[in-house]
Amino acid sequence: MALDDVDFTVKEGEIHALVGENGAGKSTLMKVLSGVYPYGTYSGDIVINGNVVKLGSIKDGEKASVVVIYQELSLIKYMNVCENIFLGNEIVERGLINWDESFIRANKALKDVNLNINPSTLTINLGVGTQQLVEIAKALTKEARLLVLDEPTSSLTETEIENLFQILRQLKAKGMTCIFISHKLKEVFEIADRVTVLCDGRTRGTFEASELTEGKLISLMVGRELTQRFPTASHTAGETALEISNWTVINPEVPDKKALDDIHFFSRQGEILGIAGLMGAGRTELFLSILGAWGRKVSGEVKLFGKPVNTRSPSTVIGEGIAYLTEDRKAKGLVLIDNVRDNMALASLSKRLNNGLIDQDEELREVEKTIEDLSIKTPTVEQLVKNLSGGNQQKTVLGKWLMTEPKVLILDEPTRGIDVGAKYEIYTIMHRLVERGISIIMISSELPEILGMSDRIVVIREGKVAGELLRDEATQEKIIAYATGGM
Amino acid sequence: MADKRLAAEQSFMAALKETIRTNMRQYTMIAALLIIWVIFSSLTNGLFLTPRNLSNLFLQMVTIGIMTSGMMMVMVTCHIDLSVGSLCGTLGACVAFLMVNMGLSPFITIPITLILGLCVGAWHGYWVAFRGVPGFIVTLASMIAFKGVTLLVTNGKTIGEFPPFFKSIGQGYIPRLFSSEGSPHDLTIIIFAVLLLAFLVSNMRRRSKRIKNGFVVLPMSLEILKMVIVSAGIIAVCLILASWRGIPYAMLVLGCTVSIFIVITTRTPFGRHVYAVGGNLEAAKLSGIDTKKTLFVVFLLQGLLVSIAATVFTARLNAATVSAGTLFELETIAGCIIGGTSTTGGIGTVFGAIIGALVMASLDNGMSLMNVPIMWQYMVKGAILLFAVWVDLAIKQK
Repeated sequence: MALDDVDFTVKEGEIHALVGENGAGKSTLMKVLSGVYPYGTYSGDIVINGNVVKLGSIKDGEKASVVVIYQELSLIKYMNVCENIFLGNEIVERGLINWDESFIRANKALKDVNLNINPSTLTINLGVGTQQLVEIAKALTKEARLLVLDEPTSSLTETEIENLFQILRQLKAKGMTCIFISHKLKEVFEIADRVTVLCDGRTRGTFEASELTEGKLISLMVGRELTQRFPTASHTAGETALEISNWTVINPEVPDKKALDDIHFFSRQGEILGIAGLMGAGRTELFLSILGAWGRKVSGEVKLFGKPVNTRSPSTVIGEGIAYLTEDRKAKGLVLIDNVRDNMALASLSKRLNNGLIDQDEELREVEKTIEDLSIKTPTVEQLVKNLSGGNQQKTVLGKWLMTEPKVLILDEPTRGIDVGAKYEIYTIMHRLVERGISIIMISSELPEILGMSDRIVVIREGKVAGELLRDEATQEKIIAYATGGM
Repeated sequence: MADKRLAAEQSFMAALKETIRTNMRQYTMIAALLIIWVIFSSLTNGLFLTPRNLSNLFLQMVTIGIMTSGMMMVMVTCHIDLSVGSLCGTLGACVAFLMVNMGLSPFITIPITLILGLCVGAWHGYWVAFRGVPGFIVTLASMIAFKGVTLLVTNGKTIGEFPPFFKSIGQGYIPRLFSSEGSPHDLTIIIFAVLLLAFLVSNMRRRSKRIKNGFVVLPMSLEILKMVIVSAGIIAVCLILASWRGIPYAMLVLGCTVSIFIVITTRTPFGRHVYAVGGNLEAAKLSGIDTKKTLFVVFLLQGLLVSIAATVFTARLNAATVSAGTLFELETIAGCIIGGTSTTGGIGTVFGAIIGALVMASLDNGMSLMNVPIMWQYMVKGAILLFAVWVDLAIKQK
């Protein structure tokens, strides 16, 4: 159950912040409010101005004057601003679009959000901050009364955030109601009138922002019960394996902001380094950029056992003995239309060459050994991976990387979307690998997993290292405090 | 390990079912080909299945057959090559120009042609892999441009009459050793006997090696059945060719290129990379595959194959014409698709593509034997292509 007995009220004309850590249920709640999850898939009532509304679709949501602005902007890049504003909501007269009227109304909506751009500008030429404001303008033309903003500041610069907040205050003054979803506490205190805290799919209460302190808010956000069990193992950390220093990278799509800013950390042989942080903090981007697969590097150095690594492309980095298990196994980890054998052999083909040809028997032997080692349940090695369960798919990707005999194994959300039993198996495998001397780096959005598995924890916030904790001193509160900037 | 042992001991029928299930595609393709042959045979009073006609059919499919291996790889990477027909014409014109107008010997002309093919392949590969232009556009541009190059080289005329040696590449048959005209072709029988023996020995060796390594193998009965069927196929082709004029040189060329490309696609890291790039580009990249290099080499090899095909084709026509190669790209693509190459990338085999090319050539040949007017031939071929893909999708959805 993603949401359980949620109960909160938003007053007209206020800015209401909804906070909670990863997986607390914020996104699900928002989807219920906007009609993405239609009436009937949940129990309970949504009451707007005293009427119970039953939203069957996003269109219904908009009719009820609820408009959601998603984290990933949903404007179409190659349409101009005016076309985007009226997309799906065109002003039609006798079957044809009235462009003159559209432009006039678009202009007015843009003025309302302090944007001074021509509605015929192509969206692709606008920065992320401006696009966000266009989205708000779009909501205004739909006569929204309740605006839901999901993590609106995640890719904005400081000035853009200031500008956005000013506009939100203006809209508030005109009677607009806002739900502001965020996990950046500083922003919550700056903009919100009241705050509702979600934890584990439940509401923990609604508070006046002025009555709250950061410490109190953090203690409300955590308190997820640590019911999940983790295999125990004691590790002895050895030599430094991977060392990252001065790592600064820019996202080419948001060039005026450092996506990763001067990051330093190291991992050691025989230990699990946990990388914690909130969604969008830049953890995946950090490791993709180390692999040479993301962003434009500004500065920084990667060393493996003291030796500099060339991070030009994934093939050179992987060749050095660094393996990266992607967070999205279906989109980025597996060739779904291929079989288990081809998938597992893919990253280590050149290890089994015999006169330039693949030694198929050797390959089969290693694949079968790995399947046994990880107890992957598949009828044959010829089985297509799309037919395997999530847990076995994940173990197949893990097997692919183990066959490269890595020195450093980076696991990005290694247990996402797999069942409890498979999770436990993966944890056991991780301990076994660490005992063999592999240095494991685990990125996880699950706090219990971070606390249960890591020997050391590095917390990333907005592309920077916010803090480092040892296993014994780490608590949910401390991690959340670092991750939200509440310290 | 226990369940593997069980699998090894499974009954003959269960193993047969399993084999048929996993190789369903290939079997249906071969079955479809045989059905087409039987239909044409009955419509032409057996004329279709005579050794003379089948030998002729094999000769006709060589050009397209050579190019399907490369096209298959291009399609597996989610691209397409529209330039093969046009380029085939241009390279044929170059062959004729070098030999007839400049008087060069075939031994110099052929290497030059292959190098030209590689250059064009590198050109395509450069734009697709390193400049990110879709293969569709790059090769469409070439398709148009090479029409012009052909006109330039041939000056709008037919260039022809090649030295006998060169002609024989496209039209000739391998020589006889002792047997006389009219009796079975002895060298053909010897070559096929060696092939058959090689197949049987390597198959048994492989089997015993895999048993030694503790892998699952087919039950012995099924293994024998498989060897009998494949042997029967080899013997049948042998008898067809031997009772006519023997193996055409062109078929020898096709046989070699196909064998090499089967090895490249199944046994080399490069081949595996091709499938991974087409199956999931992002995963391939993050698995450490140099995806750009892979794409480049695919187009490079395709250029080489087109130059080989152009050489054989020009030799068979014994002339280079302005219109040579027209619509070859469509025949080649159709062959690949009928042979099970996915239009969305990631799936395809050289063997399947060759069977597909053979299906297309059989339709051509059979309908010509029946004196079907050319307009109907086009319509039938179009309909069959659509039907084949629909059947394939329908089977997949089940």
